[in-house]
This record gives sequence, C-alpha cells and structure tokens, in this order.
Amino acid sequence: MEKVVELKDISMTYHTLDGETHAVKDISFDIYNGEFVSIVGPSGCGKSTILSIIAGIMKPTSGSVLINGKQVDGTSDNVGYMLQKDHLFEWRTIIKNAVIGLEVKNKLSKSALKDTEELMEEYGLGEFKNHYPSQLSGGMRQRAALIRTLATSPDILLLDEPYSALDYQTRLAISEEIWLILKKEKKTAILVTHDIAEAVASSDRIIVLTNRPSCIKNIHVIELNCNEKSPIKCREAPEFRHYFNKIWKELDVHV
Amino acid sequence: MSNISREHLEFLRGQRIKKLAVFLTQTLLLLLFFGIWEIAARLRWIDPFIMSQPTRVFRTIVSLSKDGSLFLHTGVTVYETIIGFVSGTLLGTVIAIVLWWSEFVAKVLDPYLVVLNALPKTALGPIILVWIGGTSASIIVMALLISIVVTILNVYIAFKTCDEDKIKLLKTFGATKLQILRKVVLPANVPAIVSSLKINVGLSLVGVIVGEFLVSKAGLGYLIIYGGQVFKMDLVMTSVLILAATAAVMYISVAWIEKKLTKLR
Repeated sequence: MEKVVELKDISMTYHTLDGETHAVKDISFDIYNGEFVSIVGPSGCGKSTILSIIAGIMKPTSGSVLINGKQVDGTSDNVGYMLQKDHLFEWRTIIKNAVIGLEVKNKLSKSALKDTEELMEEYGLGEFKNHYPSQLSGGMRQRAALIRTLATSPDILLLDEPYSALDYQTRLAISEEIWLILKKEKKTAILVTHDIAEAVASSDRIIVLTNRPSCIKNIHVIELNCNEKSPIKCREAPEFRHYFNKIWKELDVHV
Repeated sequence: MSNISREHLEFLRGQRIKKLAVFLTQTLLLLLFFGIWEIAARLRWIDPFIMSQPTRVFRTIVSLSKDGSLFLHTGVTVYETIIGFVSGTLLGTVIAIVLWWSEFVAKVLDPYLVVLNALPKTALGPIILVWIGGTSASIIVMALLISIVVTILNVYIAFKTCDEDKIKLLKTFGATKLQILRKVVLPANVPAIVSSLKINVGLSLVGVIVGEFLVSKAGLGYLIIYGGQVFKMDLVMTSVLILAATAAVMYISVAWIEKKLTKLR
C-alpha cells in the first residue's frame, strides 16, 4: 500500500506572553491509502494541533509533513477538514453552504455544482438544498457539513471530533453513516476523538498519544471479527472490549 | 387548525386581551396628557402663553401646513438625519473593516477612539461651523460625527468576536483574508451593522438638531430655536411634537428593515 500522509518528527511549541507550551513533540507516523486511522489522547494533548498541521493551516515548529510524497506548505486540495460543529453559515442555503469550499478555491463551475447536487441527492439532502441550516436536524446538518468537505473532492479527510456536538443516539447513527460514505467514496480518514469506543469501532489503526507534550505512546492495529464491516456491527465483535480496555489503560485517566 | 384544544384557544384569547389592555392604556395615557394640558390652560392653572396648549398647537400645525413650511422644515430635518446616519453607518463600517484588517492600526488607534467616544461631539459644533460654514453641510457633518465613532467601536467589536471556527473552516479551504472578510465576517455581522444603523437614527438626529440650533435657516431645530427667540411657544411646542413623531417614524422604519433582513436567516 502507498503512503499518502507522512509525518516526520513533528514538534509544535506555542508562544504566549505567559511563556511557551510544548504541545507536540517528535511525532512521526505514516497513513496509507484508504485507511481509517484514529488519534486518541488525553484532553488538551494537541490532537487537533496535529490535524491543523496536516491540513497546512498551522506550521510546525520543526519536522515536516508529506502528502502524496509532496511537502506540505499551506493548504492542499487533497485534504478536507471537518470541524467539531457543522459551522454551516446560517445566511446561506444548504447548497450554497455545500459549495463554499469550491467558491473559495475558485472552482465553482457548472459541473462542480452539479456534482455537489448529486452528492446531496445521494445522501438524502436533495430536497433540502434550498433550505436554511436552521431548518435541518443536527444529523442532517452534519451530513451537509460532510458534503461541503467532499465537494472539493479531497482524498484525505481530517475529522476533528466531528460528532461531539451531537447527542448520543444521533452521534452513533451519523458516525456510522459518515463511515459508510467515506468507505464508499474510498477516502483516507484521520479521526481525532476522545471517544475510545468510537475509535475502536471505526478504525483500522489507533494512535494513542501521551499527555502534553504529547508523543506517540502506542499504535494499535485493530482487527475485529464481525460479519459485516461497519462501526455499529463492529461493536459486537468479541475483541472490541479487549481493545477498549487496553487503550483505556494506556490513556491512564485520573480525575 | 381544527384540532386546537379549548385550553389553547383560551390561552390565545387571554394573550390577545392582555395586548389590547396595554394598547388601550397607552392610548388613554396620551389622551389624558393632552386633555389635562388643555384643561389646565383653559382654566388658567398654567399660562398658555408660556406653556402653550393642544388647541393652539393644532392651529399652528394647520397654519404651518397651509403655507407648506411644515413640510419644508420637517423634510429638511429628515433629509439631513438620513444622510447623517446612513453615511455614519457606512463610513463607520468601512473604518471598522480597516481596523479588523490590520491589528496594528487597531492597536494604534485604540486610545484615540476611546477619547473620541467619550468626548461630547456637540462641543465640536462651533468648530465645524467655522470650518465648513453655515450650510446644510456642516449640519450633516455634525450628525455624521456623532454616529461614526460608536459605529466604528460596535462594528469592530462585532467583527472581532466573529466565530473563530467559521474562519478556520474557510482557512482549511485555503481562503485569503479578503475571502474571509467577504464570506464570513461581513455576512455574519449584517445584524450588528443594521443594529448600529438603528442606534444611529437617534444619535444622528441629536447632531442635526444641535447643528440646526447653531447655523440653519430651515429645519425643525431652526423652528424651535426661532420660536424660542421670538417667544412663540406655540411654535416651539409644535415643532417638538412633530420632531418626536418624525423620530418615531424613522426609528420604526429602520426597525422594520432590520426585521425583514434578519427574517431571511
């Protein structure tokens, strides 16, 4: 399998008047084409920082990131980013929200618009394309946010706790749905989450980070025995609990 | 709509009655005010020459309407106020954009804006009068000055508090600063800009009236100061009442526009 993302000795230090914070220290890992990899770690350990660096909206203090073998310098068309909340713009209709990435990249052609409309059609938002975000449910809004990310046709998706603003039921349902969409569209995904169960259920590999300054504690290859490969089905696999407990112990949470 | 329960209908009726009661009391209060004023003047509890009285005000309105001067003076004041608050809001927003664009400029100008905001702008009236001259232009500048500083501060703060994550979202698509301004910061703050437009109606009217006191040959402010000087209290009272009505109409119009605009979201 080919490497699509390579992180080489990434370190990140934040400077403020009060002093400096080492958020991330010497992190290296590779992500392969079509993989679903989760990054878990204690809260505030710099998980989102790593995603921002991969997305090219933040420059690491040292180290380098390669995407498809090319050095990251600024944002790349191959990478899509999904934030914690849907952040749909309430003054735009759903379709207008979905094409904002294309608009920003000056790629909003007739055919691109049509492709986006087809995506909405396919994932059940077709009849809502002229609605405003406030008229949609939380799950639908999250789906619209995913379509906004997919519209620019990235190969690699960065998911920054994309379901944490949803209630538990919606969250299970939407994470299943988004997982299936990503597999169907053959995307590589990197998910940052603090939900161990979600990580185990959906990932091929899980990267566990330590407390700040965070470095890699362990990388788990997840192999679950389930007939049908999907996050909800995988929760029933006998090995699920085993992975869960192992990662839980590694995170070493004290409250 | 047929399946509305009896309790709900009762509830709706109750709400309607409450609303009606408020409206009736408001109207009654107004009638009472004018009624007592009229009676007090007729029975000579107060001197109608100094305090005027509703019937005299009414007669003044009729005579002023006949020669058309009522509409001229009201029109002049409304015209100056509209130019004042629209230009104050637009110019203030443009300056707020400059401050948002350059944090350095914002930091440099911060103390000056604070002082200018605290300074009563009416104190600048005589200076404007001398510099620009006794024309309509200096009245408009007065109205503009009063509204612009508050607009700059309010709109700039609104820009600064724009959701960072929405900006981050656009950055992940590689947006330039101009794109961030046009696609997030400005549209997200349309309500803030319209709300400062609403505040500026009142502020700009203060500027116009003070300006008309100082220089003008027309406008409601001019009528008030002229009436005071020649001791025609009927004229002063009439002008003040018309001014109140005009101010209300302008405020309600802008509030209506605001409602229309925010309904779109």
